[in-house]
Amino acid sequence: MAGVAGGNDFQWCFSQVKGAIDEDVAEADIISTVEFNYSGELLATGDKGGRVVIFQHEQESKNRPHLRGEYNVYSTFQSHEPEFDYLKSLEIEEKINKIRWLPQQNAAHFLLSTNDKTIKLWKISERDKRAEGYNLKDEDGRLRDPFRITSLRVPVLMPMDLMVEASPRRIFANAHTYHINSISVNSDHETYLSADDLRINLWHLEITDRSFNIVDIKPANMEELTEVITAAECHPLQCNVFVYSSSKGTIRLCDTRAAALCDRQAKFFEEPEDPSSRSFFSEIISSISDVKFSHSGRYMMTRDYLSVKVWDLNMENRPVETYQVHEYLRSKLCSLYENDCIFDKFECCWNGSDSAIMTGSYNNFFRMFDRNTRRDITLEASRESSKPRATLKPRKVSTGGKRKKDEISVDSLDFNKKILHTAWHPKDNVIAVAATNNLYIFQDKIN
Amino acid sequence: MLRSVGYLTVCSFSSPAPQRDTMFPKGTKRKFSDSGEEPVSSGDQVPAAPSVATRSLTSSYSLQRQSLLDMSLIKLQLCHMLVEPNLCRSVLIANTVRQIQEEMTQDGTWQIMTQALAAAQCPTDRLVATEVLCRQTDAAAQAGQSPKPFSVGGLEEGYHAEEVVMEGDVETEVTMSTLAPVSPQLSSASYLAGPFVMGPCWDEDEEEEEEEEEEEDGECEEDEEDDSEDCVSEGEEADRDHLSPDSRTGEQVFGTFEIKHPAPPPDPALEELFSDVDPSYYDLDTVLTGMQSAPKMGPYDLLESLSSHGPTALSSSSSCRSDLNELDHIMEIIVGS
Repeated sequence: MAGVAGGNDFQWCFSQVKGAIDEDVAEADIISTVEFNYSGELLATGDKGGRVVIFQHEQESKNRPHLRGEYNVYSTFQSHEPEFDYLKSLEIEEKINKIRWLPQQNAAHFLLSTNDKTIKLWKISERDKRAEGYNLKDEDGRLRDPFRITSLRVPVLMPMDLMVEASPRRIFANAHTYHINSISVNSDHETYLSADDLRINLWHLEITDRSFNIVDIKPANMEELTEVITAAECHPLQCNVFVYSSSKGTIRLCDTRAAALCDRQAKFFEEPEDPSSRSFFSEIISSISDVKFSHSGRYMMTRDYLSVKVWDLNMENRPVETYQVHEYLRSKLCSLYENDCIFDKFECCWNGSDSAIMTGSYNNFFRMFDRNTRRDITLEASRESSKPRATLKPRKVSTGGKRKKDEISVDSLDFNKKILHTAWHPKDNVIAVAATNNLYIFQDKIN
Repeated sequence: MLRSVGYLTVCSFSSPAPQRDTMFPKGTKRKFSDSGEEPVSSGDQVPAAPSVATRSLTSSYSLQRQSLLDMSLIKLQLCHMLVEPNLCRSVLIANTVRQIQEEMTQDGTWQIMTQALAAAQCPTDRLVATEVLCRQTDAAAQAGQSPKPFSVGGLEEGYHAEEVVMEGDVETEVTMSTLAPVSPQLSSASYLAGPFVMGPCWDEDEEEEEEEEEEEDGECEEDEEDDSEDCVSEGEEADRDHLSPDSRTGEQVFGTFEIKHPAPPPDPALEELFSDVDPSYYDLDTVLTGMQSAPKMGPYDLLESLSSHGPTALSSSSSCRSDLNELDHIMEIIVGS
């Protein structure tokens, strides 16, 4: 992979931005998930309005070989509609919580998209040929009078403008009482898991009318509920292993071979709390918002409110690496609790080689950490730095009293501009960053 | 330098960061300075807790803790929007309240607070219903049991049949009333058991309620293969036959709730908007008996007096606007326009 060097050795440049420019952001346009497919050719986004937009990578033009190609809209479709649960008098949001691609097996592409209650398998296929010369139909589709047909002809396939169709192939519904927060395709490519606040189900992609419940942490008495599931993921290589994280900052690794109901974990990952930093907010900020296995399957990464931690699957008592995302917020926790920002769920992602990790922050900042050099960088996704091929300037938040030039003080941060969703191309140094209703694509300058 | 005490660091975004970094105006501190508290020095990073005496006497810490408690309770109540509340957020807030409650109980400040509430209450307005409900809770409280850990009945809200949602909304009002000047006995009648001791008879009610609710829940979901709970086809009424005599009082309470509230269930966030119109609506008495009684202090009035910094935590009422928008949105879906 080109440009393997560390976070600061990357030269991230602006490539594209998708989405409306105006200040008035429609709630439905807010991007809620971003995901590259296995090859990186396709980039899918889901939004609060229940729509999925897929971008496709265009090949580099011969004129400008030093630039990677651009991502252009490939397909747009409405994945989920708002529903109303009449029994509970509550609305079911159409917001797409997660999109996960299936590995490509034929010409069509498949992805899973989910809202709070229902998972759908979508097939995205291309049509670029059309049959012409039917015997029984005219070109405009009208039936021909059979008595007028005097000869037979063989229909011919003629090229047509590319049409990309999305059709729902499976709908996996009614299996979750609580809000689905994660879906994850298994390495066997036949099954996948879906997790809500209290339960995890295992599905077969072909079977929609039943699923296996493999984790259930709902207490008999809901009053005793103190912990919920926040994220879950299948191991990338071992189809019998999955992990799930909790609101108490713990991760449980489970083996589906051990029992039908994996309530007893095979491994339990938890970092002991630092007693000197204990506060009323300790539990809230320890709640894990995202968990991701490394591509190698040897490590996993967790994101809590202030930090990202890398865990070695063979060591349960503490993470091997901890990266502070925005430690300057630690003194602001009460205000962040008041305005609910403390409950924001940030995601994190690995690069293709597992040498770097990325996660979002506030003020449209996002952070990258190089695991080898231990260097980190803060970048901003903003329209101001959106000139074509402009290199992104590192940003810095001033924590002390004196604010240097070009630094921004903690009190000036815009907490409404949060970057919760980011994705890293599985092979190249291309990243997609969702900033509210805009999708920014940045690329590393190739030497 | 006196820094924010221990673990509750309070600050605001808009103002330039003062040394003390606190939300509270200076005047407020003076009010409590008579108790002769010792300021906790910045180096004092006593992790587990400062000594009970220090903690309870340190005005800024207990003020901040109280404000955090108030804020948390309001957050729990205001999350009854038209969309199902975020369970993770509710659980985290509930755990925070539990933590505060535990600490305040160790301090002895919890008992002080509940006694203060009792003292402020008008003794003549006792209801039969609440007395019956709270009969055993007194005994439990006096037995010196630690208060039942805070539990969020509201967690059940979004996940149950419509009738239960009504209860849930009403329990909101009940909870709000617990902050009003009612006796500890009255407050223990609150569905949100937590800080106010819950007696065994109530536990039983709730457990049975929970079971019923969960069973109904199981039924509501079609093809919910993973739900191992038995489906109960009959409504709550039938189940009541199985309840013990004591828990019938719980029935009475919930029964009253159901009768009282027509669809759509009143949204407490909206209620707040109209709170000046009919303050007695929040009154526990009103809710239980379905009658209008003499207007008492509304819950927010009490919040103001408890934590004298004023209703800063109510800035979250900006969510009311979005609630109205959601209401419109819902109507559109129903009407199908």
